[in-house]
Amino acid sequence: MAQSKLWTALPDWVIYPVGLIPAVDLLWRGVENRLGADPMKVLEHGLGEWALRFLILGLAITPLMRFARINLVKYRRAVGLTAFLYVVLHLAVYLVLDQQFDWLAIGKDIVKRPYITIGMAAFVMLIPLAITSNSLSIRKLGAAGWRKLHKLVYPAALFGAVHYLLLVKAWPPEPIIYLAIIAGLLAIRLVKPARRRARAA
Amino acid sequence: MPVYRYPVPPASEITPKSVFLNRRAFMAGAAGLALAGASGTARAEEERQKLATVSSPLSTDETPNSYEDITTYNNFYEFGTGKGDPAKNAGSLTTRPWTIEVGGLVNNPGTIDIEDLLTKYTLEDRIYRHRCVEAWSMVIPWAGIPLASIIDKFDVQGSAKYVAFETLVRPEEMTGQNSTFPILPWPYVEGLRMDEAMHPLTILAVGLYGETLPNQSGAPVRLVVPWKYGFKGIKSIVKISFTEEQPPATWNMQNPREYGFYSNVNPNVDHPRWSQATERRIGGGLFASRIDTQMFNGYGDQVASLYEGMDLKKYF
Repeated sequence: MAQSKLWTALPDWVIYPVGLIPAVDLLWRGVENRLGADPMKVLEHGLGEWALRFLILGLAITPLMRFARINLVKYRRAVGLTAFLYVVLHLAVYLVLDQQFDWLAIGKDIVKRPYITIGMAAFVMLIPLAITSNSLSIRKLGAAGWRKLHKLVYPAALFGAVHYLLLVKAWPPEPIIYLAIIAGLLAIRLVKPARRRARAA
Repeated sequence: MPVYRYPVPPASEITPKSVFLNRRAFMAGAAGLALAGASGTARAEEERQKLATVSSPLSTDETPNSYEDITTYNNFYEFGTGKGDPAKNAGSLTTRPWTIEVGGLVNNPGTIDIEDLLTKYTLEDRIYRHRCVEAWSMVIPWAGIPLASIIDKFDVQGSAKYVAFETLVRPEEMTGQNSTFPILPWPYVEGLRMDEAMHPLTILAVGLYGETLPNQSGAPVRLVVPWKYGFKGIKSIVKISFTEEQPPATWNMQNPREYGFYSNVNPNVDHPRWSQATERRIGGGLFASRIDTQMFNGYGDQVASLYEGMDLKKYF
């Protein structure tokens, strides 16, 4: 497969400082009270949206390789971990600033509010993926087992987008677009490579 | 003087100086942006006029939110679904001339001219709590007229049980009405039961902080019903009619399971997707605590009797 030198010239750790720019920007503007009338919601929703964006980036890497011959696989771990970091920050804002450690209300939310239930489920599914995002885990689980485990990112990303769609009033475009992109990136994986299909036939 | 007559100074005296200054800077900035944009299509917003108002014993003594918070954090889907969209997009709305058509079950159908509302009625400062169905709240110093005193002029027939309201439809000035997939069916419509409409707390607001309404707040005239969720307060009204049947209401039609016709603020009846027990008071910054939502948004003493004997879980 042709590899573009340009795409792989940078070390993978570059993803972390670059990926964290939006988080630092949001937190900084929050501390300086420059997030508008309702800074908590801007921070909470902003972090959640960035989590979705990084999940989308991570999901785009395989299709980019297969259909556009752009190989970004070396960045995928960093992209995935950055997505997880945004999920954790998003959840932290919900627990600390939004619900203010009102565990009773939080418990009720998780049980009674489908969008919270689904969001929490997505978070739980991403935990083992974050823990096993290292070379040692790949060796221990075996490549096949590790790949199988990491397919959990598919339902997690879908749940993340549904979580967004379920909390808005009416049908505004943004959550629908996120859901459509994620659904598209998952659907495209069902397209079998021509060669392999021929061999199977 | 009865105990509840808390002396409320006119809103103009309450506005902190820094807010006035901020507002000027903000408007100057906005004007600069408009000039820089110079696409030639955007029309300048009506210049806001200072209003002569009297204070009202029905005002709360809570500190109002800043002018900036009230006018940059809006739900007015005719100008977009983002909270900042109305402030960005509503400048294009022309609010003069403006008349409200009044009809239905009345003996004197006719029109209300905005200039008459501004000059022929006593405008009252009404500092009200405002509770959004999305579980945030503000305190807003409206200037307005009790709806009852306007309704009286049209000699409503005895058979009228409800009042229906309608917002302007003008896609060329209202960006949200222009989209291929409309977020709501236009026009936005709302309704009240006759006794709710006649209640002294119910006003047609024409001003904010002692000046005419900015467009994003529903200029030039909007409904304010402080014990109901904010979306009942229909904006930029062009039509009022009196009916025997319960009139349609936009959010109720959009999702009847989630938004009732009454939509009284009620901490005991949750929105199907989120709790209504608490609210976030806008303006407290990043670390503001949630506060408990009050039954009828704290106006229970005045309005609970309207709903005596009604199952408020059924008629939410």
